[in-house]
Amino acid sequence: MKVTVDEDKCCGAGQCVLIAPEVFDQREDDGIVILLDAEPSERLHVPIREATSVCPAAAIVLSETA
Amino acid sequence: MNAPSSVLVVGASAAGLATAEALRRKGYQGGLTVLGAEPHLPYDRPPLSKQVLSGTWEPERARLRPQAALSALDAEFVLADPAVGLDTAARTVHTASGRALRAGAVVVATGVRPRMLAGQADLAGVHVLRTLDDALALRADLLDSSRLVVVGEGVLGAEIAATARGMGLEVTMAGPQPAPMAGQIGPSVASLLAELHTERGVRLRLGAGVSHLSGHHGRVTGVCLDTGEVLPADVVVVAIGADPVTGWLTGSGLRADSGLVCDSRCRAAEGIYAVGDVARWHHDRLGTSMRLENRTNATEQANTVAANILGDDQPYRPVPYFWTDQFDVKIQVHGVLPAGAEVTVVDGDLASRRFVALYRHDGRVTGVLGWNMPKQTRLRRQEVVDALPDLAPALG
Repeated sequence: MKVTVDEDKCCGAGQCVLIAPEVFDQREDDGIVILLDAEPSERLHVPIREATSVCPAAAIVLSETA
Repeated sequence: MNAPSSVLVVGASAAGLATAEALRRKGYQGGLTVLGAEPHLPYDRPPLSKQVLSGTWEPERARLRPQAALSALDAEFVLADPAVGLDTAARTVHTASGRALRAGAVVVATGVRPRMLAGQADLAGVHVLRTLDDALALRADLLDSSRLVVVGEGVLGAEIAATARGMGLEVTMAGPQPAPMAGQIGPSVASLLAELHTERGVRLRLGAGVSHLSGHHGRVTGVCLDTGEVLPADVVVVAIGADPVTGWLTGSGLRADSGLVCDSRCRAAEGIYAVGDVARWHHDRLGTSMRLENRTNATEQANTVAANILGDDQPYRPVPYFWTDQFDVKIQVHGVLPAGAEVTVVDGDLASRRFVALYRHDGRVTGVLGWNMPKQTRLRRQEVVDALPDLAPALG
């Protein structure tokens, strides 16, 4: 799984950090998403899929190539 | 697990799409149909009043998912065909084009429709903003005009005013509250927001109701206030709230009361669920019926509904959250901010216009508001979560 984030779309809600704190964080100054791990290990895939779906700005995109 | 053989989601916006995604994510392999009233594939609404209206984004950028993600969902999208009736016992939805779609479970995600002023439909130049087509029509009209009056001082009205001002229009905001969003964020922070709008050149005519629209040769010319003042306008946007789209459920036997009434599991009847703006469910932790029109509710509620469709028995107990972007300010709210709450700045300060404020009612935390401090605001969310069982009195 490859994770990409669209900083321009990100609205800084922080939902992704609440669900998958090992993969996402927020910048201190403006709250925009920081991607900590672009190719996370398999045990994180379930929360990452949830974070992707729950993101209120549709700013996370997954490519599921193995 | 006793999953239904098929699921029909009525509504192809954020809540409907999120329900379909959550079902698949949880392993559901049955038939999945998403029925949409609009001709568009699922798109996001928050950017409509901002990036799409301003033209910063092409409309395609508001699409919720790339084509590959929609294809991977393995759902059938039936678009441009509004639902017109539901046979509850047979779980069959009838559509405007004459389709009859039957499923093992039906999810109602039909959202809300903007309220209008009397006479609005007969005047050119008067807009609402809910759909992508609404946003593009408003944008086209604004590009050709110089004076906009926004009727409505809530979240949507304030966002439209800010965006239109950024596009160079003369903008006037009218509405009965004393300051923009006063009902949502309380008088003290709302007065800061009024300052912001005034500094950026938005003319505020607040504290008075709108009596009627005036027009000439079928085109709007102004907005008349209760005070007798007339606000001249080339274009008017009416943003005075919205009503749940439940008219199509008349005769279904389901109860609509400012939303489709559901139990604490978001279930309106056996095999019938509701999600998103249209759903009025029982928040059992707060002991009250609620309906939330905000973006994160759509996806969080979808998660619970999908789990319950698949045989779970989860109550839906969200911490309400919304945000708004106006000019260069981002306001975020977790929890509830009741009228009369005590407001304490706990991070940053008002003068620098970067702060986090806790709202307390009877000494208990009920909500947190952030002004240009997103990360710090989110870090305070847990205080609201911890206080959730105590929020009931504040909701009155």
